[in-house]
Amino acid sequence: MILLWLIMIPLAGGIASLSIARRNVQAARWLAVAVTGIDLVLTASLWIGARGIGASASSSRWLYEWDQAWIPQFGIRFHLAIDGLSLVLLLLTFLLGLMSVLASWTEIQHRVGFFHFNLLWVLAGITGVFLAVDLFLFYLFWELMLVPMYFLIGIWGHERKIYAAIKFFLFTQLSGLLMLAAIVALAVLHQKSTGSYSFDYQSLQNLPLTPGVARALMLGFFAAFAVKLPAFPVHTWLPDAHTEAPTAGSVILAGLLLKTGAYGLIRFVLPLFPGPVREFAPAMMTLGVIGVLYGAFLAVSQHDLKRLIAYTSVSHMGFVLIGIFAGNETALAGAFIQMVSHGISTGAMFILAGALQQRMHTREISRMGGLWTTMPALSGAGLFFVMASLGLPGLGDFVGEFLVLLGAYRANVSLTVVATLGMIAATLYGLKISSRVFQGPNRHNWSIPDLFPREWAIVGCMAMCLLWLGLYPQSFIGIFRPISENPAQRVAALYTVRR
Amino acid sequence: MTDSIVFALMPLLILAFTSLAVMIGIAIKRNHLVAAVLSFVGIAASFISLWPAFSAAPARVTALLIVDQYALVYMALILVASAAVVLLSFPYLACRSEHKEEFYLLLILATVGSMVLAASSHMVSLFLGLELLSISLYTLISYPRTEALPVEAGIKYLVLAASSSAFLLFGLALLYVANGSMDFARMVGASPDIAGGFVPLAGMVLVVTGIGFKLAVVPFHLWTPDVYQGAPLPVAAFIATVSKGGVFAFLLRWLWIGGPASRTLLLVFGIIAIASMLTGNLLALRQTNVKRLLAYSSIAHMGYFLVAVVAGGDLGRAAATYYLAAYMVTILGAFGSLLALSSGARDAETFDDIRGLFWRRPLLAAVFTAMVLSLAGIPLTAGFLGKFYVLTAGASAAVWALVMVLIVTSTIGLVYYLRVIVAMFSEPERAQLEVEAPVPGVIFGMTLTVLTSTLLILGVYPGPFWDTIRAAAP
Repeated sequence: MILLWLIMIPLAGGIASLSIARRNVQAARWLAVAVTGIDLVLTASLWIGARGIGASASSSRWLYEWDQAWIPQFGIRFHLAIDGLSLVLLLLTFLLGLMSVLASWTEIQHRVGFFHFNLLWVLAGITGVFLAVDLFLFYLFWELMLVPMYFLIGIWGHERKIYAAIKFFLFTQLSGLLMLAAIVALAVLHQKSTGSYSFDYQSLQNLPLTPGVARALMLGFFAAFAVKLPAFPVHTWLPDAHTEAPTAGSVILAGLLLKTGAYGLIRFVLPLFPGPVREFAPAMMTLGVIGVLYGAFLAVSQHDLKRLIAYTSVSHMGFVLIGIFAGNETALAGAFIQMVSHGISTGAMFILAGALQQRMHTREISRMGGLWTTMPALSGAGLFFVMASLGLPGLGDFVGEFLVLLGAYRANVSLTVVATLGMIAATLYGLKISSRVFQGPNRHNWSIPDLFPREWAIVGCMAMCLLWLGLYPQSFIGIFRPISENPAQRVAALYTVRR
Repeated sequence: MTDSIVFALMPLLILAFTSLAVMIGIAIKRNHLVAAVLSFVGIAASFISLWPAFSAAPARVTALLIVDQYALVYMALILVASAAVVLLSFPYLACRSEHKEEFYLLLILATVGSMVLAASSHMVSLFLGLELLSISLYTLISYPRTEALPVEAGIKYLVLAASSSAFLLFGLALLYVANGSMDFARMVGASPDIAGGFVPLAGMVLVVTGIGFKLAVVPFHLWTPDVYQGAPLPVAAFIATVSKGGVFAFLLRWLWIGGPASRTLLLVFGIIAIASMLTGNLLALRQTNVKRLLAYSSIAHMGYFLVAVVAGGDLGRAAATYYLAAYMVTILGAFGSLLALSSGARDAETFDDIRGLFWRRPLLAAVFTAMVLSLAGIPLTAGFLGKFYVLTAGASAAVWALVMVLIVTSTIGLVYYLRVIVAMFSEPERAQLEVEAPVPGVIFGMTLTVLTSTLLILGVYPGPFWDTIRAAAP
């Protein structure tokens, strides 16, 4: 039941803040803070509770679940469930949700109520995606997070917002429909083999599939997740959407929406299609490596700060793709850590970029430079997150990338070696940001206010999380592992058979 | 005539008497309100009489009509749509100058025609129903007879519909020559696959032409955008729902009445479906007039619908009916939102009319947005579940080519649906000519509310309705 509340609170909060904002704009903001805060606390309490359960009971697949019949004619159930993977991603969701509400405190000045309505509804959709274990329900939430995101970009975005919003929507929708076709095909196959439709995650896992069918269906799912991730050839919506979105939109896009793609791969593609996963693994890892390098090199050549950060996402999510398809538990755990820490570090970078744009009214890197002299705190924070992003040991991204490379080395040496070059490229763009934006002479004579207390709180909180991830990743891997055993072991077993 | 037949015919009888009553009422004294109330009461009574008819079903009424659960479900849909059109047109007509009362008379006659189609099992009743529907529509489309566009649209529809009726009639005649029967059951039993020969094939082709015209599927779609644009808004809504509903009821029955449909016919409809989905969606991309855009989108939707028809089986037929119901609710809501924006002077139809609507009238814009999202097939709306059922039916029948075209074209469709939404949410550029339409009355608002709630209920809790449809398979 608490799982349902996690979704209903933001939905109700969205409607409430829409109606409150007519009278009092500030109240709408505080309401959004309260909603994300309550959900964050609820999830944290689940986590604390889960530490007890995780150790003792391995009987149930899930930590908590909530299951109701919904459309019985098609075996569709309103089935929410949570395990370690979704639990940590939910924590990330509400943390970043809270941060993006705070980050847009002064940036969003018109249509405030509708803005927070959309923000909270995106969060509800994302929560649903992380919780749904009925495939129909999953698809429903998958689409549900799309529409408010579209409004966030299309209404409060920057110069080319309509173009970016429509491109984002079309890419996601086409690939989503392919996934829907694959989901429907799975249910129909289930009906043909057992006599009743089912969209249930666990009963579909036991469905016998011929290799050809499994391959086709796996590609249907992969299409949707690859677009969201984004993987190399279908990433082109990302730079536009991230650049044009308002700060909160960029944070949620980079921090959460991309994670839903990776989550879908781990949750659905690995266990549902073990055969094709093994077959396609080298190809998928190659896509990941291309993403790592291509994203990094494009990032180096950008002039627009937000666009640069957007391309680094392509690069980082390439590591996640490698980790997921490397086929062993180390790499999978690495991908998991990378997902969380990328969400935080890139989210923080977008918040800083937003703060800069709000003060300087430009995103052009050439118009910046020497900001350290006028805003040392912001520049210091910038340096910190740049270092996190290029993989400085002690911070979260390093753990993720290191584990991914460690695991991938066992699966495919040559690809791993090439992927490691991505870390060097990351150093290039990292240095480009810190040297061109923050250091050097203050040629344009900028004199602008430094971080406000509100921004201090955001930045400090996110930096603490990154340190925690980097110094004590076990607290997350530990909860991920007992649950990850299922998909990872199946895939790992397949790999050992192959050798 | 036994009791059960009287009960079975009750919905049709009541509606026919309503048309008489409205006519006599007009002859005694012209009064817009009385005519509208009379029509609405008649439709409601007819709807209520569906229950006794349901207990009498299935009943065969002469050789012409068969009143079974299937026919009754479609009659229910048609009556609800017709009632909604009556409610939505009242304020629209109230602020216009021409004679208003005959509008309802024609509307009811057309509804009767559509209901006859749903119950027809014989060529004669098919033709009767179709003509009753078409002839009323000629007049309805050109109802504002002092304006150029409606008259042009009416004449266009008259010429094309008359010639398509001629095609249909000739096709029916050829089928009669081949089979020696005008009963559908026996007519399709000797489909071209089995009997072979030129005459039945030619007959089938001509019938498909006639039906294709009424449904506005490619390549018989050319009249659609002009008629939608020219016709008054309520009439356009009527064409999209009641008129198509009746023809669809007939089509489903005709194709599947004697066991599985002929493969040749299914192939033909498969090709028509693909052509409609592609043409409708691609041409809609270039429209700047919302009415025309909805016209092209209706062509595409008929293509989606045909996917379910071709997929067939119990599932396909139920999916098709569900899709039609969802489409009816959605398109009524969409036209209703446009109606709410229309002034006495002209219909709201350009993108400029809806620009910035969300900031001016947020509730109305929210309704319209929900309708457009439903047309685009976004979850929580009826349109999504309709599309889901169609996909499931298509996947069950393994018609993958149709399913893939559906997926790709509905993504294309999203482009223009998003343009409509973008227009509503963009800032109004200038203080527009802003002949702000009078805010419509309570009943109009309630109708829109009911439509929106139905849209959401069908999209979230489809179970009961789906069971009804499944039970009523033809």
